[in-house]
Amino acid sequence: MSSPLGTGWRDRIMHVLANVPDPEVPAVSIVDLGIVRDVRENPPAVIITPTYTGCPATDVIKGSIRQALDLADFRDVGVETTLTPPWTTDWISDTGREKLRAYGIAPPPHSSTLRAKQLPACPRCGSTNTQEISRFGSTPCKALWRCLSCAEPFDHFKCH
Amino acid sequence: MTTASSSTGHRSDPALFDYLLRLGDDSLILAQRLSEWCGHAPMIEVDLSISNVALDLVGQATLLLDYAGEVEGKGRDGDKLAFHRDALRFRNCLLVEQPNGDFGQTMARQYLFSTCQRLLFRGLAQSTDARLAGIAAKALKEIEYHADWSAEWVVRLGDGTPESRERMINGFAWMWRFVDELFQVDEIDAAIAKAGIAPARDSLRAAFNAELKKTFEAATLPLAPLPAAILGGRKGHHSEHLGHLLAAMQFLPRAYPGATW
Repeated sequence: MSSPLGTGWRDRIMHVLANVPDPEVPAVSIVDLGIVRDVRENPPAVIITPTYTGCPATDVIKGSIRQALDLADFRDVGVETTLTPPWTTDWISDTGREKLRAYGIAPPPHSSTLRAKQLPACPRCGSTNTQEISRFGSTPCKALWRCLSCAEPFDHFKCH
Repeated sequence: MTTASSSTGHRSDPALFDYLLRLGDDSLILAQRLSEWCGHAPMIEVDLSISNVALDLVGQATLLLDYAGEVEGKGRDGDKLAFHRDALRFRNCLLVEQPNGDFGQTMARQYLFSTCQRLLFRGLAQSTDARLAGIAAKALKEIEYHADWSAEWVVRLGDGTPESRERMINGFAWMWRFVDELFQVDEIDAAIAKAGIAPARDSLRAAFNAELKKTFEAATLPLAPLPAAILGGRKGHHSEHLGHLLAAMQFLPRAYPGATW
């Protein structure tokens, strides 16, 4: 069965999307963050979900995807948004978590371990002797923490 | 006025339209109020927190008012409903349009609103209206944070210094009159509840009171019977504060129709 999108279209589109960075945290791609929910064949569309309802990055992300698809000759592939099921940080890939940590952002815990009240490890020195400064940080998805071992403040990607 | 039989969640449903306006306007007006703190909050972290809560509320308002516009079927979208409606057409509760006052007053308003909104949206996430259920499930994850955050501030200020305690008490003293309206059920709420679209607001009151008691005990604050309620927001009978808020919020799109970034 051949697709009007050409052979291996799904892998090729996913490859394009894997190179679209998140505008707020450019170290990770939108695929790493779990924002890409599906690639539909008919009618062809990339389905994405917003992280937070009011996140201004969502429009930027849509624009970036459009541009990347156009450049890769996928001009007929649309970009659609869905709210259901709601995005969760559990969809951030292991690669994405490691990239966040290397970028200086403590990755979110899996929701299954949330109730254990485990403190995030400092992304710089690895200490778990850390403290919340503010529940809200520089973007909707992050909280502000400090490390009591190395004294550095850091962003913590909130479990959501 | 619509009857229960017309509220089946289909398009051009006046009861559903009005109900969505109530939800969307609550979020929109509170977002605008909170935005007034931007650059003025007591600490940079608090400034960021309030702006983030405002942003979440704008997100909710956009989803709810866009949907309201589709239900109305007259070609109005969320922006049109937000910027080109007069005060009498707004359906928000009186609580959210109350002035910020000091930080204690703002936190009193936030705590009362978010605590109620959390209970309501837990029910809305189970709505028979799939679109509304999706919006509510999404928003609920953010609301949980707002409710926890504002409760922490009520405890911190209430159980803080004599001055912070007095300000927290005064903040709540301003807001108590507007609490009953959050749980008011009129013919629109009844029709919506009957259709399984939303829980009846009065069914949330016991859980709300329990939450209030828990927070006030932790904050060592006294809880007295509520003063006589002021109602009317859901019918468009607003305080003078809303007009001033809308003047600031709506000025640009009205003075420069069609303006874009």
